[in-house]
Parts: sequence; C-alpha cells; structure tokens
Amino acid sequence: MRKYTPKDNVQKKAKYTDRFWVAPKVPHLEVEKGSFFETVVDELKNSGIDVLDSYIELGQLVVKIKPEQNVDALTIMRDKKCFKQCSELSAVDYLAQDGEFEIFYQLLNLDEAKRARIVTRIKQDQAIETVENVYKMANFAEREMYDMYGIYVNNHSYLKRILMPDDWVGHPLLKTYPLQGDEAASWYEVDKIFGKEYRDIIGPELRDPARVDRYDTQRFARVGKEVPFGADPSLVDTTETPIEDGYSKTFLTDYTTGSKQLENRR
Amino acid sequence: MAQHQVNYASSGGLPVALTTADHLINWGRSNSLWPLTYGLACCAIEMMASGASRFDFDRMGVIFRASPRQADVMILAGTLTKKHAEFTRRLYDQMAEPKWVISMGSCANTGGMFNTYSIVQGVDRIVPVDIYLPGCAPRPETLQYAMMMLQKKIRRESANMNKNKKQRFI
Repeated sequence: MRKYTPKDNVQKKAKYTDRFWVAPKVPHLEVEKGSFFETVVDELKNSGIDVLDSYIELGQLVVKIKPEQNVDALTIMRDKKCFKQCSELSAVDYLAQDGEFEIFYQLLNLDEAKRARIVTRIKQDQAIETVENVYKMANFAEREMYDMYGIYVNNHSYLKRILMPDDWVGHPLLKTYPLQGDEAASWYEVDKIFGKEYRDIIGPELRDPARVDRYDTQRFARVGKEVPFGADPSLVDTTETPIEDGYSKTFLTDYTTGSKQLENRR
Repeated sequence: MAQHQVNYASSGGLPVALTTADHLINWGRSNSLWPLTYGLACCAIEMMASGASRFDFDRMGVIFRASPRQADVMILAGTLTKKHAEFTRRLYDQMAEPKWVISMGSCANTGGMFNTYSIVQGVDRIVPVDIYLPGCAPRPETLQYAMMMLQKKIRRESANMNKNKKQRFI
C-alpha cells in the first residue's frame, strides 16, 4: 500500500521540489600558452586594460575587467582581435549574493571561429558607459538591460524601455521582482483602460486555473447546470450530480458485495 | 407558356413567408459574421487555417475583414499581453454594434500557462466575451464549432441589442 498523504489543498502545494538538483559547476581552465586566446589577453593587457581575471570556460575565453574600461576593451577586441560581432549583451542579478550586477558582452570572432566574453561588475546604483559606438546591436540590448534590470547606461542615444510599456513600474528580471507581478502589474491593464475606480468592478486576477466558483454565473458554467448569463447566484442549483446508476452498475463492479453479472456468468 | 402558369391560390400556397423581425434580422446577422483579422499568438495560425481552403470558413459566411469598422466578431486568438491590452480594447471599441467576442484558446480564456506578471489573466478583464473556446491551440474545426455556437446564440437573442443582457462594464 502506498503511504497515505492528506489530499486537502493539494493544488496549492508546489509540485516540484529541487531536492535532487545540484548546481552544475563548470570547470575554469587556464588560458593555454601559445593559443589564440592568450594573444587576446596579452593584447588587452598591453593596451592598458586592467585584466582582473581570465580563464577558459566551455572552450570560450572569459575576461573580467573594470566597468570604466568596457568601451576601450571592446574597441580593442573588435579592431585588434577581429571580434566583429557582439552576439549578446546583458546583465545578471547578483544583488542578493554580492550586491552587484554582472554585465557581460558575448563576442564572436568569425575568422578564428572563437567566442569570448568580457565580464564586468557594477554596484546597484552605478551606471555603465554605452558601447553603442563599438557594436550597433548594443542600442537595443542596452535598452533591454535598462528595462529588465534598471541599469542606467550613460550616453545611450535612446535609453527607453523596449519590452515593457513605458509606464510600467519596476524591472521584471530582478530577482526581487515577484513572478506574478507586484500590485501595479496586476492592475496594469485595468488602470490603463478603465481607470482605478474599475478595480472593484473587474476584480483581482484569478491566478489559479483549476479554481471553480460554483456561484459564478458570468464566467464558466457547469455542464448540466446552465443558467442565464449573470443570473442571481443564490438561485443557482449547486447540488452535485451523483454518478448515474446505470453507469455504475455497468462499469464499476463492487466485488465486496458481489455482482449480479458475475453471478449470472457463474 | 400557359401550361406553366402557376396558380398560387391552389398549388402550394402563396409566395409569402411569415416571420418576426427578430428572426429575420438575426438570420441575416448570424449568417454573415465577419471576424476581425486579428491574431495574437499561435492560435492565430489555427485561425488562419480555418479561413483557408481546407477548412473553408467562407462557406459559413465568415469572411475575415481587415478593418474593425467592418467586423462583427473579434476572435481573440492567443496570448494577450498587458502592454497590448489597451489596443485590443481600442479595436473592440472601434467595432460597430452589434459585436461579439470569441475568446480562443487557453491563454485568452484564463492566461493559460502564462501565469506571469506580463500576461492578461483572461481577456474577459478587457472585453465582454460571448464564447470561450478551450484548447491549446484549438483545431480549426473547433473554431468553426465555436462560430456555430455563436450563430446559435445570436439566433436566440433579441435583435435589439439593448435588450440582451450582456456583460458590459462600459
């Protein structure tokens, strides 16, 4: 027998627990002597960039630099080492652990078929210089970074929210932002379209898709219990329909009391 | 031509059909439901398939119109984001009365699997919905069935839209 567990409020409990999940640790390898990546690190060092750390992760070079030198470092990467393409640029929220954002620039060298990542860290209230003049894609990517994390980018040509609406409150990709939205988010469309006074009429969001309100005559009707739209809820018949006799006799055989069908067969 | 002369009084009755104004108007309305060409997400692919030749929405008098001024039905096919909700409502407001709304698919009905900050949790928060069509995504046959249910609903209600009890918050 399976062990009995109480079944009340089973929907409200999280199905997934991460008991067996172990955070993967990707090994950091040293930059090999004589490799292309070593020439990249040397080039950066010789050009006056403070390389705080450099290692190989999953076959890609990772270089940690100071945030003030991001434009210089990327210009050298593009012009001297032929990293012509910046494939991604964004931030990672490490505010809870370190009180910092990590900003990364993922670069691609098509001649050597190599990828490199320039990584820098800034404090929460610190701004970073735009790299729009080095890589054109930074225009949109930095706007997204501003939208999702609230990181200001200095000298950006058009720093404006890109995914969320302009009057949105908060920055959704921060770890502190609730997944189902804060109060401003949950009433956003109602406030915008109808005004705040309509909050009472429309009501809060229903976040439980399995929820059935048997007295609700405006949304989903119960099969076999159809009532006119918006009928008075007190008149609604909410008694449960028992399983039909014919059905239970045909298909559900109660072996403890004995079955007529089985008797007949015998 | 004398042998073809029809005597209306004796052979089969007068060429007169009696009906009510409600029946006549609803007959016209329900058999020429023109939805708005308005797709939001993947349900719109099924909606397009319904309009194309294999499933052939035209045979039911359903012709997609590109302007809300000419449309009778708004099929909300897909995930409605909170950013876009404003424009959905504006399109709905631009449609001329009488107008109906079909909420197509789980996302439009309840927000579906997108239980997140940026998705409207059911389009009935924005516009009054007549038919909720379940599915993810509903097949074209299902959308056609929903349209038939809407026709049934229209035939049942009064031709005077003010008499119909509808969910209207504005």
